Amino acid sequence: MKLLIKNGRVVDPANNLDEPRDILVENGKINRIAKVINNGADKTIDAAGKIVLPGLVDMHVHLRQPGREDKETIASGTKAALKGGVTTLLAMANTSPAIDSVENIRMLKDIIAETAVNNVLICAAITEARSGKELTQIAKLRKESIVAISDDGASVDSTELMYKAMRKARENKIPVICHCEDKLLSGGGVMNLGSISTRLGLKGISPESEYKRVQRDISLAEKAKCRVHICHVSCAETVEIIAKAKKKGVKVTCETAPHYFSLCEEALLEYDTNKKMNPPLRSRKDLEAIKEGLAKGVIDAIASDHAPHTISDKDIEFDRAEFGVIGLETELAAAITYLVLPRVLSWAELAKKMSWNPARILGIDKGTLTPGRDADLIIVDPEKSWLVKKEDFVSKSKNSAFIGVDLKGVVETTILDGKIAYKQEIKD
Amino acid sequence: MAEVIWNKKDLLGLEYLTQEEIELILNTADSFKEVTSREIKKVPALRGKTVVNLFYEPSTRTRVSFELAAKRLSADVINIAAETSSVKKGETLIDTGKNIEALKADIIVMRHNYSGAAMMLARHLNISVVNAGDGWHEHPTQALLDMFTLKEKLGKLEGIRVSIIGDIAHSRVARSNIWGLTKLGAKVTVCAPRMLIPPGIEEMGAAVTTDIDVALRDADAVNVLRMQFERDQNSAFPQQMEYFMKYGITEERLAKAKKNLIVMHPGPINRGIEMSSEVADCPQSVILEQVTNGIAVRMAVLFLVSQAREGKNEAAN
Repeated sequence: MKLLIKNGRVVDPANNLDEPRDILVENGKINRIAKVINNGADKTIDAAGKIVLPGLVDMHVHLRQPGREDKETIASGTKAALKGGVTTLLAMANTSPAIDSVENIRMLKDIIAETAVNNVLICAAITEARSGKELTQIAKLRKESIVAISDDGASVDSTELMYKAMRKARENKIPVICHCEDKLLSGGGVMNLGSISTRLGLKGISPESEYKRVQRDISLAEKAKCRVHICHVSCAETVEIIAKAKKKGVKVTCETAPHYFSLCEEALLEYDTNKKMNPPLRSRKDLEAIKEGLAKGVIDAIASDHAPHTISDKDIEFDRAEFGVIGLETELAAAITYLVLPRVLSWAELAKKMSWNPARILGIDKGTLTPGRDADLIIVDPEKSWLVKKEDFVSKSKNSAFIGVDLKGVVETTILDGKIAYKQEIKD
Repeated sequence: MAEVIWNKKDLLGLEYLTQEEIELILNTADSFKEVTSREIKKVPALRGKTVVNLFYEPSTRTRVSFELAAKRLSADVINIAAETSSVKKGETLIDTGKNIEALKADIIVMRHNYSGAAMMLARHLNISVVNAGDGWHEHPTQALLDMFTLKEKLGKLEGIRVSIIGDIAHSRVARSNIWGLTKLGAKVTVCAPRMLIPPGIEEMGAAVTTDIDVALRDADAVNVLRMQFERDQNSAFPQQMEYFMKYGITEERLAKAKKNLIVMHPGPINRGIEMSSEVADCPQSVILEQVTNGIAVRMAVLFLVSQAREGKNEAAN
C-alpha cells in the first residue's frame, strides 16, 4: 500500500523542514519526502493549502480505564485522540487499580492491544497505589516497557522517597514525571488564590503550592542526576525556576496544557466547573508568562492533561466538582488559535512542542517525518473555524473548557502507521 | 429619573445588580415597611404563589424573616431543611431544584454552604431563585436590609462612611455590603486581623485597615460581623479574648468615634467577643431595627422577582 500526500506545507522540526513537499508513505513508514513525487501510489491525498505535521505525541492523558469506564475507556479515549490528531499518547497511572505492578501493566497492555486505535504508552506509578508510602518495583516495571513513572494527580510528599525514586529512574533510564503540589499549601483550595477567589468566596490555591514543590523536585533531580519532567506548568514562578535550572544544566523538561495559555482565573466568574482544574487557571500575568515560556523554549511540550469526568462529577456545586477538563480533541486547535495565529509560536515550534519534544522526552521513535520512521502524520486545515460543541465530542465525557468557543484549525486527516485512521466528516 | 424596570428572575448577589436596581428594591421595601406596621400585616401581592425555603445550612433568623415576608405577601410557604449530609448520599442540588420546580413552586429561597450554589441552581431552573446566603460569596438580602436601615437613619447612602469589622475572608455579608454600598456611593472600609482579610478585596472597592481605631475614626456606621470561632480551628485564627481586646467594639472605642455612629450587626451576636453587651444594647445600636427591616426588604425582593417572571411569561405568550 502506497500513499502519496501531495502539495502540503510539510513541517518537521527534527529535520528543519518547513516547505511545500510531497510525502510518499509505504508499508506503514515514511518512504520519501521531496519537492515533487509522481510515483504510482495506490492513493493520493491533495494537501494543497494544508499543513502536514508529525502526528501529535500527547504525554499527559487520563484514559480512566481500568476503573472509571463511565468517564472514558481506552477505546473512546484513543478514538478521541485520533480526531484531535494525537497518534501517540502517554496514559497516566491514576486508574483504579493504579498502574503500580507488573500484573496491572500486563492487564492494561491487554486492554490496549484489544481496544486502542492509536499508540498508547504506559506510565507506571512511582509509589504503590500512588499513596506516597512505598516505591513500586521500578526495575521490574521497566522491563514491561513503561516509558516513565509518575504519581500524577498526587505529588510524592516524602522528599526521601522522591529522591530514591529518582535514583531508580536514573538507573532504569526513564524520566520521572512530577505533579508538583504541596497539599499542605493547596489543601482545600478550588481555584487560584487572588482577587477573583476573594470575589467568588472560594478557597484559593496559591502559586506557592506549585512552585515550591517544583523547586524541591528540581533540586532532588540535580542531586540524583535524574531526568525529571514537570507536568502542567501553570504559573510564572514555575517558568522562572525551570528556566534557571535549565541554565544551570539540570536535566529538567516541562509541559503546559492548552488551558494555561488560553484562559485565566477570570473565566471562573460564573462558577463554571468546566474551568475547574488542578493546578487552577491562574492570573492574566501567569497566562502571559506561560506564553513567554513557550516562545522562549523554557516550556518544552504542550500536553492536554485530558481528564474526563461525568456530568454527575461536574454538574454540582463548584467546591464539590472534580478537577480536570478533557483536551484531546481541542489541544491542537487551541494551540493554533492562541499560539500560532497570534505568532507566539511558528508552526515548526508548535510541532516541536506537540510531537518532537515529547517523543524525545519519552525516548520513543516518534514525532518526526524522517524517512524510515512510522508514518504517523496529520493534515491540518490551519485557518478553518469551528465552534466547540458539547455534542460533537467523541470522548465519553464532555467536560471541555472550550465549549462555546470558536477555535481555528481542523484536523482533516490523521494517518497512523501509513493508514488513514481518521477523516473529518464534512457537514453540509 | 427614568422609570426602572425590574427584569431579573433571580436575586443572586449585589455584584450583579445596577445602582438603579438596588434603589428600586430599597424604594419598594419602603412601601412594604408601611404594611408591616399595620394592624393587618398582609397584602395579596403574591396570593396563589408558592415560596419554598430551601436551607442547606441551619438558619433561624433569615429563614423566619423570609417566611414572614412571603406570608405577608399572601404566598404559600414551604420550608425544607436539607442536611448537606443527606444530599451527599443522593440527590444533587439540581435534581432537588427541578423537583421543586415540578411541584409548581414559584420562588426558591436558598441558603447553601457552598459559594456559587445559588447561581448554579438559577442557571438550571426557570423559576426564581433568591440567594439567602451562599458560602462565603454573597448574602444580598442581608446587605440590602443593612443599607435600608442606614438610609432610614442617615437619610442617604451617598458619601457616607461604613466600616465592616470582623472575619472578612469568610463573610458573605461583607462581600454583599461592599458591592451594594459602593454602588450607591458609600465609602466602605474593612477591618480585621491580616489573616482574615482576603487577597485583592480592594479590587471590590473597599479600603482595608487592620487598625480598629482607624476603622472607627471617621465612620458614620460600623457593621460588626459575627466571629465564627467554631468555623476554623486552625492556629492562624485569633483567640477569642485576644480578638476582643484588639477588635471588639467597646464603649471606650465608641467614645473616640463620631457621636452618632450607628452600630449594626447581622446577628446572632457573640456578646463579649465582637462587641460588648453594653454596645449591643446602646442607643446607637440598630440591631433590632435591622431585623424588622429585613422583612420589608425581603418582601420587596420576593415581589420584584415574581413580577419579573410574570412579565417574562406574558412576553412569551
